[in-house]
Amino acid sequence: MSHAIQAERPVFGPRIARFGLYAFLIASAAFFLLPLLLIISNSLKPLEEIRQGNLLALPVRPTFDAWITAWKSACTELECGGVRPGLWNSIKIAIPSVAISTLVGALNGYALAQWKSRRANLIMLLITIGLFIPYQAMLYPTVKILSSMGLFRTYAGIVLVHVIYGLPYTTLLFRNFYVGVPDEISRAARMEGASFLRTFWSVILPISTNILVVVAILQFTGIWNDYLLGLIFAGNDNLPMTVQLTNIVNNARGSVSPNVNMAAAVITAVPTLVVYFLSGRYFVRGIAAGAVKG
Amino acid sequence: MSSVSIRQIRKSFAGLTVLDSVDMEIAPGEFVVILGSSGCGKSTLLNVIAGLDDCDSGQILINDVDVSGLEPSQRGLAMVFQSYALFPAMTVRRNLSFGMEIAGTPKAKIAEKVAWAAKLLQIEALLERKPSQLSGGQRQRVAIGRALVRSSSICLFDEPLSNLDAKLRAETRVELKELHETLKSTMIYVTHDQIEAMTMADRVAVMHKGRVEQFAEPQKVYEKPASLFVAGFIGSPAMNFLKGYLEGTRRFKTHDVSLDASSYGFATGPAAEEAILGIRCEDVNVVERGAPDSIPATLAFTELLGADALGWFDCLGQRFSVKLTIDAARTMQKDVGFRFNMSKASFFSAATERRL
Repeated sequence: MSHAIQAERPVFGPRIARFGLYAFLIASAAFFLLPLLLIISNSLKPLEEIRQGNLLALPVRPTFDAWITAWKSACTELECGGVRPGLWNSIKIAIPSVAISTLVGALNGYALAQWKSRRANLIMLLITIGLFIPYQAMLYPTVKILSSMGLFRTYAGIVLVHVIYGLPYTTLLFRNFYVGVPDEISRAARMEGASFLRTFWSVILPISTNILVVVAILQFTGIWNDYLLGLIFAGNDNLPMTVQLTNIVNNARGSVSPNVNMAAAVITAVPTLVVYFLSGRYFVRGIAAGAVKG
Repeated sequence: MSSVSIRQIRKSFAGLTVLDSVDMEIAPGEFVVILGSSGCGKSTLLNVIAGLDDCDSGQILINDVDVSGLEPSQRGLAMVFQSYALFPAMTVRRNLSFGMEIAGTPKAKIAEKVAWAAKLLQIEALLERKPSQLSGGQRQRVAIGRALVRSSSICLFDEPLSNLDAKLRAETRVELKELHETLKSTMIYVTHDQIEAMTMADRVAVMHKGRVEQFAEPQKVYEKPASLFVAGFIGSPAMNFLKGYLEGTRRFKTHDVSLDASSYGFATGPAAEEAILGIRCEDVNVVERGAPDSIPATLAFTELLGADALGWFDCLGQRFSVKLTIDAARTMQKDVGFRFNMSKASFFSAATERRL
């Protein structure tokens, strides 16, 4: 009897557990992927199929027409250029904003991790509070400040806003990473005659690849998906893709084309997905490193 | 070769005194070990000498020049850290050359220096590796190499051997001593390991609660400890202590026994006071019970240590350790007598705990 149990356990026990595990994972994946599936399948339908009203049906005659329209000829209230002009604007805004807020956040975080005093803790507390204040509460003062600087509704203005709103977040992430880096490494560099900035650049930054990638991805996703700041601060010449998308979807003139809207939404979301897929390895590693080293 | 003078260094953290008026004069080329248990302030003292930590008051002089206000790199020191603190993203070669690159040393000179240090420490084969690909002992060598290439006349070590296994530690200890003989630079070495202190040091500074209790040659620290703390801290097993009363007539009374202390070299004139007698395990002679001038003792158990043995006895209500030969330990009687070698004993004032 006992032999039978012992023989059964290693064979069936784990197999059943594994089956349950996969069933759960597949169910959760389906739950999260279903909206994506719907949006893609509907974007591939011609308008007549959409009008039949069956949202869940797969396209009978799939076509990329809606995608092409969304890309280059869908209309906002002002013009009919699709989401294409917004793509370049979003890239133009995201790249310097991500680069500056990540690098300056790293430098801030390193300085705060090195500076061990009650005042440093107070500054950390203020930065953390900065994280919890919603953007909406800060909009009006920010508009006033940027206007007085002549940067309201300019390219430099939107980048500056993204950098400043991003800094509390990036500083906190880097600070928590650098607190786990042994102090003696910085001290050794100081013994070798390296200045603070030299130590940061030559010794500390090269061991920060994982956290740099993680922070850059989080910043990129946040800035790419931003709508509010882009709408208010970017100005008409620099409207990011998210604002263009909303303008197309909300266009009251002409007929409603859900297939075009859905195609435009997928196109807008593609860059963040690409970034995740390209750097997924670093992303997982960075999060794991942060978790272990605190 | 450089001299180091440490004058009246004080430092406190949040009301806790870490360093309390530390004074030390270190001669050029000397190998000084700062010895103490954790939290005694020894690493802080080293960091103050290096300039990595600030002190509240006091001066550090190198070759009679006050360097207290200078950055670490301007003091002409090199330091080996406990965790080695190699730069993780750099190869061994860059770890060695980094300081010289910052100082703007010509490339040919850097290469020459790196080659010299690598040969001396036998790490030539490791030069292109990253620190993560090295074993603990190899990292240790690279850390020492990084200190050597800067040709500093003073080298600081912060417990450099504590992360190595016992065998490697013993080997590296000998190599460090040889390195000192070769380079003749001034070395200041912090450790909690008294064997390292005894074997390597020209002089040992024993620290306790932020104070230097004694700063002397290792053998002197062992034979003539300056305070009760040093006596109890140095030596294994610990020194045996007996509380009693020292009479002006050079007799030490404890319990019902009166011992003749006339062969002991008192530092001060005769005074009657409460005192503590300290005696090492090898300075107790075991004699027959009832022999003249002996104190009765009872054997508790013996420990055979290979080359020799330790006997643990009860005497005057205290547990005593006595060094024995293996033969003596095997044939030891239960009831015996002790005779102390008073010329090698230590007396401490019960009030000040300083040596009398």
